[in-house]
Amino acid sequence: MIGPQELAFLGQGLMWTLALTAIGFTGGILFGFLVALARVSPIRWISALAAGWIALFQGTPLLMQLFVVYFGLPLLGLAPPAWGAVAVALTAHASAFLGEIWRGAIQAVPKGQSEAAHALGLDYRARMRDVILPQAMRLSLPATIGFLVQLLKGTSLAAIVGFIELTRAGQIVSNQTFRPLLVFGIVGLVYFALCWPLSLWGRRIESRLAAATAR
Amino acid sequence: MVQLDFGVVLERWPELAWGTLGTIWLALAGMTLALVIGIAGVAVLRGKSRIGHAIVRTFVEVIRNTPFLVQIFFIFFALPLAGIRLNPTATAILALGLNGGAYAVEIIRGGVDAIPQGQTEAGLALGLRPSEVFRFIIIKPALRSIYPSLVSQFIMLTLTTSIATSISAYELTSVAQRIDGDTFRTFEVYFTITVIYLGISWLMMLMFAAIARRAFAYPTR
Amino acid sequence: MAGTDDILIRMEQVEKYYGEFHALRNVNLHVRRGEKIVLCGPSGSGKSTLIRCINHLEPIRSGRIVVDGTELTDNPQAIDTIRREVGMVFQQFNLFPHMTVLENCMLAPMRVRKVSRADAEATARKFLDRVRIGNQAEKYPAQLSGGQQQRVAIARALCMEPIAMLFDEPTSALDPEMVKEVLDTMIGLANDGMTMICVTHEMGFARQVADRVIFMADGQIVEENEPEAFFRNPRHERTRAFLGEILAHH
Repeated sequence: MIGPQELAFLGQGLMWTLALTAIGFTGGILFGFLVALARVSPIRWISALAAGWIALFQGTPLLMQLFVVYFGLPLLGLAPPAWGAVAVALTAHASAFLGEIWRGAIQAVPKGQSEAAHALGLDYRARMRDVILPQAMRLSLPATIGFLVQLLKGTSLAAIVGFIELTRAGQIVSNQTFRPLLVFGIVGLVYFALCWPLSLWGRRIESRLAAATAR
Repeated sequence: MVQLDFGVVLERWPELAWGTLGTIWLALAGMTLALVIGIAGVAVLRGKSRIGHAIVRTFVEVIRNTPFLVQIFFIFFALPLAGIRLNPTATAILALGLNGGAYAVEIIRGGVDAIPQGQTEAGLALGLRPSEVFRFIIIKPALRSIYPSLVSQFIMLTLTTSIATSISAYELTSVAQRIDGDTFRTFEVYFTITVIYLGISWLMMLMFAAIARRAFAYPTR
Repeated sequence: MAGTDDILIRMEQVEKYYGEFHALRNVNLHVRRGEKIVLCGPSGSGKSTLIRCINHLEPIRSGRIVVDGTELTDNPQAIDTIRREVGMVFQQFNLFPHMTVLENCMLAPMRVRKVSRADAEATARKFLDRVRIGNQAEKYPAQLSGGQQQRVAIARALCMEPIAMLFDEPTSALDPEMVKEVLDTMIGLANDGMTMICVTHEMGFARQVADRVIFMADGQIVEENEPEAFFRNPRHERTRAFLGEILAHH
């Protein structure tokens, strides 16, 4: 049966799922911001480099990204703890996806805004910081929240490299109790309880944005 | 610094080739199922059945808000209890189709909603039934309008096939795990197949572009 | 089920609402076989709604609609029968963009009337020739001008060999230089004896082909008369105001 001990174990896994999501998302925001800026940079090679980074992460499975980082870091002489390696992989993954989302948002800001800022004599930094980015942030919020949901679900893949987060904890409990449907049902429900409100929130912001632009 | 040795990995190329084909097969079969589920789901959402609506909406929300890995485990263990015996590869295709189908419902619905009401009215005025209007008039222009989103979703599905290794379906990642077990060249193995996945994604892009050229060749303003 | 009645379309005490909005008020209209009727009136007067009720694109609240002996109810079979027999042409043409002109014309005969492909194609080519667009049969709608598209839409409706045709502002979305080609096609159709109800502001067309002109306002039929009398001495103040408005613009 599923007793308090098993539930506590699943709870511990959940903590790691939340921690990995938080680290990956925070790291992804920081580096994704750089990726987005690089992607819209007027300097050709910088923007090409960012495009390559994005294509690399969008064209390969997240599972492979985890494997390559997880087993690649030690080859570089680095020996991070397992959670560290997973966090690095998730951060890199998130930086590419968030970078692409924000690139789209920056380019979705009407051209007239940038031209008006030019006309006012603002330099590149000021144009970006004071005019373009605040509007782009607003536009990109639904997609950013959507990606947060993706990332939260994506942390489950750490289970395949053996890291004990929620899904791996579920696997272990399932093997011990021989109640796979019950266990994965509970695990699924927990993910759902975390993701669904985020999804609803994202959708609400999206329809509010749509209503605002329709006006 | 450790010496890298890709030789022992690359000499297993026949297995890698078969694994690649396995991945492509999972992806193509999964996409086909996803497309069918997506279109059927949208057809139900256009219908009048309250229960039908509730089922499709619940299906979409549950799938989109839980990880694929949990879904595939659940299906893997649930099927035998329901008396259904499928091999791991068929199970993986089912899981990929259900997962992709939930996203496809949302995407295709957006396309269908964007088709002007006049198209439906013209079909009805000619005497076509609502189901025929959907099938002959609405669906193709709708698919065309959301084709880019559908393609990115299907590329995502292609990459998701790697998770099927968790139930030992036959595809590239499970082949890689076997080679890793024999050679202990873990990094080299996964690096190699990451490059192969990149190639598969690229191939899929080409395929979808070719399909678009054939299926959506009609001009629009 | 063909009626022997001389009256082809019969609307009696028809009431129609959009939510709270009373769109049609006690509409009574009898259309004889071969009769041509022009419906006019300010926007929002219910003229489009009226013809859209005849083929059940809009359901009515109460009253009766009988087309060629078939009473229009919520029964799908009655709706199918009437839609098969009554053709409609829309303001926005509504051609299917993913089908060629020929395919647009063949779809309904094949799917609804179960005509063979060869017969459907022969019929389609006949009517495309008749609207003088036979040489464009292999093109897609987006490759045609607005006037050409509307003529294809007329041919598409004719391919079902309808007993009556409904026109919902067929020239309103056209550039001025294309209005005439569509009106000429409609005049040809009228001369062939087709029963027609046209919602239009083309008063020249009304004068030339209409047996009766009907003026609507606020969901009601305000006035109807044969064209000469209708234009020469309109009886109602609203009709006079409307005609003054419309003739001033043309």
